[in-house]
Amino acid sequence: MKQKRKVRVMVAKPGLDGHDRGARIIARAYRDAGFEVVYTGLHQTPEEIVEAAIQEDVDMIGLSSLAGAHKYLFPRTVELLREKGADDIVVCGGGIVPDEDIEMLKEIGIKKIFTPGTTLEEIVKWVEENVKPR
Amino acid sequence: MDKVVEKVVAGDVRSVARLIRDIDDGIPEVRESLKGLYPYTGNAYVIGITGAPGVGKSTLVDQMLSHIRKKDKTVGVLAVDPTSPFSGGAILGDRVRMQRHSMDSGVFIRSLATRGHFGGLTQSTRSAIDVLDAMGKDYIIVETVGVGQDEVDVVKTAHTTVIVVIPGMGDDIQAIKAGILETGDIFLINKADREGTDKTMSDLRLMIEMDQRKYEGGKWKPPILKTESIIDRGVVEFLEEVEKHKKYLTETTEGLELRKSKGKVREELGEMVKNRLIQEVLSKLTETGEFDGAVQAIVEGKTDPYSACDALVLPRLGLHTG
Amino acid sequence: MPLTFDQKVFGDIRKAYKRWQERLDKVFSTRSERLERFSTVSDMVINRIYTPSDIKDQDFPGDLGFPGEYPFTRGVQPSMYRGRLWTMRMFAGLGSPTDTNQRFHHLVKEGQTGLSTAFDMPTLMGYDTDSPKARGEAGKCGVAIDTLKDMEDLFEGLPIEEITTSMTINPPAPVIWAMYIAMAEKRGMDRKRIGGTIQNDMLKEFVAQKTFMCPPKPSVRLITDTVEFGIKQVPRWNTISISGYHIREAGSTAVQELAFTLADGIAYTEAARERGLNVDDFAPRFSFFFNSHLDFFEEIAKFRAARRMWAKIMKERFKAQDPRSWWLRFHTQTAGCSLTAQQAYNNVVRTSLQALAAVLGGTQSLHTNSLDEVLAIPTEEAATIALRTQQIIAEESGVANTIDPLGGSYFVERLTNQMEEEAFEIIQRIDDMGGMLAAIEKNYPQQEIADAAYHYQRQIDGNEKTVVGVNKYVMSEEIPVEVIEIDEELERLQIEKTNRIKNERDNRRVKESLGKVGEACAGDENTMESLVEAVKSHATLQEVCDVFRETFGVYRDPGVY
Repeated sequence: MKQKRKVRVMVAKPGLDGHDRGARIIARAYRDAGFEVVYTGLHQTPEEIVEAAIQEDVDMIGLSSLAGAHKYLFPRTVELLREKGADDIVVCGGGIVPDEDIEMLKEIGIKKIFTPGTTLEEIVKWVEENVKPR
Repeated sequence: MDKVVEKVVAGDVRSVARLIRDIDDGIPEVRESLKGLYPYTGNAYVIGITGAPGVGKSTLVDQMLSHIRKKDKTVGVLAVDPTSPFSGGAILGDRVRMQRHSMDSGVFIRSLATRGHFGGLTQSTRSAIDVLDAMGKDYIIVETVGVGQDEVDVVKTAHTTVIVVIPGMGDDIQAIKAGILETGDIFLINKADREGTDKTMSDLRLMIEMDQRKYEGGKWKPPILKTESIIDRGVVEFLEEVEKHKKYLTETTEGLELRKSKGKVREELGEMVKNRLIQEVLSKLTETGEFDGAVQAIVEGKTDPYSACDALVLPRLGLHTG
Repeated sequence: MPLTFDQKVFGDIRKAYKRWQERLDKVFSTRSERLERFSTVSDMVINRIYTPSDIKDQDFPGDLGFPGEYPFTRGVQPSMYRGRLWTMRMFAGLGSPTDTNQRFHHLVKEGQTGLSTAFDMPTLMGYDTDSPKARGEAGKCGVAIDTLKDMEDLFEGLPIEEITTSMTINPPAPVIWAMYIAMAEKRGMDRKRIGGTIQNDMLKEFVAQKTFMCPPKPSVRLITDTVEFGIKQVPRWNTISISGYHIREAGSTAVQELAFTLADGIAYTEAARERGLNVDDFAPRFSFFFNSHLDFFEEIAKFRAARRMWAKIMKERFKAQDPRSWWLRFHTQTAGCSLTAQQAYNNVVRTSLQALAAVLGGTQSLHTNSLDEVLAIPTEEAATIALRTQQIIAEESGVANTIDPLGGSYFVERLTNQMEEEAFEIIQRIDDMGGMLAAIEKNYPQQEIADAAYHYQRQIDGNEKTVVGVNKYVMSEEIPVEVIEIDEELERLQIEKTNRIKNERDNRRVKESLGKVGEACAGDENTMESLVEAVKSHATLQEVCDVFRETFGVYRDPGVY
């Protein structure tokens, strides 16, 4: 029996902030959309996230940050993926990210930033359209 | 040599990760890679960990990783979580408790979802074990929620099967008894600081000793250990028991390598043939529309399921209907 | 039982109610009710109307009484805001200690009556700015504190003898408190006179905010050390601020916030009693911290229920004798999670309503969120508007003229009773599990909160709940909001500062003092005095916390979703 490839995504919490309400809700929404979701838990360094993403062979990493450290943590994640030749993994982010930073993050290779107020449906739809199992 | 095989044997993490994904997704080409990898397998020691949700399996595995790594041995982990029957998705959260090992190149952790394809979990987990084995991991730990038959079969693949319970789960021990008690090589009572530990201990002991004859003649009798894996208590002693069991198996098993003993090979090949047959036959029948046709015929009262089944299956196997 | 209502009136009410219902049914048979189901933000169903029948058994003196009297439903002090207004305490912290010090001076000048310190993530987690774990985090969501010198710079020139300070700090709370004591003593203050609050509530961290360091049991032990030390040495200090705020922010319902917070309070009380402390010695030093969320009446009822429940718990369960032990004194913060990035100026209105609910609920102190808090740390202008919001409520609106103005409202009283009942049921469930520590180990509160959060999000996405500017009244053009930037240079400068201190200090003394901390942790001795000594020797926050981590182990996220 042939089966369709499943979308595998990682929901990751880089940095020290513990506000994981959003990350946990997103993880559930992804599951309910039929994705396989690897959740890293809190307090992860970009190094740990990238290593886990490679071992898990995910198609996308969703980073969540609410305490202002995205300006270091998000670019560092993208940079490490590139170093490891794994930059085919889509990276998107969500949380409290001011508009000024969004442009910068997109330029360095974050595919999408979801700001507060985005519905779960919108996020899931974006993933379905932009993340294909590789 | 196949490029994938070459890379996996060289321990390339991305290739290993990719191959396991292909196995899981049922990509037909993986068969060739697995054939190529087989000669490199047979060296890893496989430990299966099972128990109800919330007994602390992942935390236990996390502590096992630390201790095994201290002895300079490498480890692969396959953590299986259930797929949601409603959406087909899954949250694979076991990794959370092992994430501190993610930077250690001697550890490879992979989360798998049960996905609900019958027999498929066992097959794909076995193949994933082969991949990690060929990659050169000394130990492979397979963690599953011990509920469905599939998960139980997966654990049976292991050399040492560990059943984890927690105190105060009287009814659950009954449930274990019905399903997988006989597959347990070691029993762990985790969270043993809780009330009811002694009761659980005596319940388990009673169950194991009910069948005294099984252990006659120096046969392995499953030990029951207490652990508090969250604070790393009892984990070292537990791993010593695993080593004892390994020694016991090595001494009592015919065949050169544990993984390729006659018994294991017989069991694995049997499973593989069974699954393959189902897969091939069923997919053909679905493709040609014969299956749906037969369903319709039964519904319309033109035939009965027994005759329909004969008509569908026997010709495919070169046999004739009675 | 002296009932409020003459039981004879209910027959007439029932008849009149029935008549009214029938008329209403006729109206709604032609066009339906505005919503299919009316419920609070926590999804508690609300009836069309409330009457005395909903609070039939009310016993005025027993259930409500007068402010300052058991069971304190109407307020803890007899005079409430007729005597003194609540403390306007704005949470502030950003960048370096000097940056935050400037913000403190500004707020005091503008009429703020208490200080409240926000720390950055590395400080909250017990890491110094130079830790690899701290990369990119310095000063981002609060002030960076590494050493005693930072604490001194933070309070430079501020009248700490007159204004009390609240510090939102949890795993490293004993160390930060030790730094505060050391700083005050250096200024010549007597320990007995130092006043303020540390949050120091680890249980809600495991449940909700997820800022944790050591496992639950040793965490509670360290907290109990501070409680004991407080009674004996720093009697004017509030050693625990038992917090529901974060539980709510993590997505709980109002009733869950109430229940889990009081269950945490019960756990701390039990721990202190096990230490051999007398409940009437420590309970008056416990304070509480609640969220004020969107649903106006639900919040007011929650505050009133909280006071009555805690009074009962302390008096009946713990047999406290001193009325001050029965008091549930609380700080309130408006709900950060209710703010929207869209049309951010609307947040001023949300915050006003939430602040009003807190005042009508009888809070002792209040932080009002700034309109830009959903985007970044507030600008000075935004923080000033938020402070003005409180001043307008206090001095223009007239709501502080009388005490508990909503007392006696059929609806509010009914809601108060209902929330109390439901919260006590949850507390009972936790008791059955063996208390809050055991419940946390079973991930019970974590799971309940995760479920509630997901349910609420689904309601918003499905337009069952309105969020103005997000799922209704959406505008394509946004009015831009000015956002504060934290200087990326700060990290380097702060690391340099700490390195300079490390070079200048007496390292032998540091080593010795850290050794003493380790001994105290490993034994049963109270750790506080050794912590004060350690920070006085200029040991850094992380150096001390590393001793905790080594002795007690590190707690990691169990990952409940």
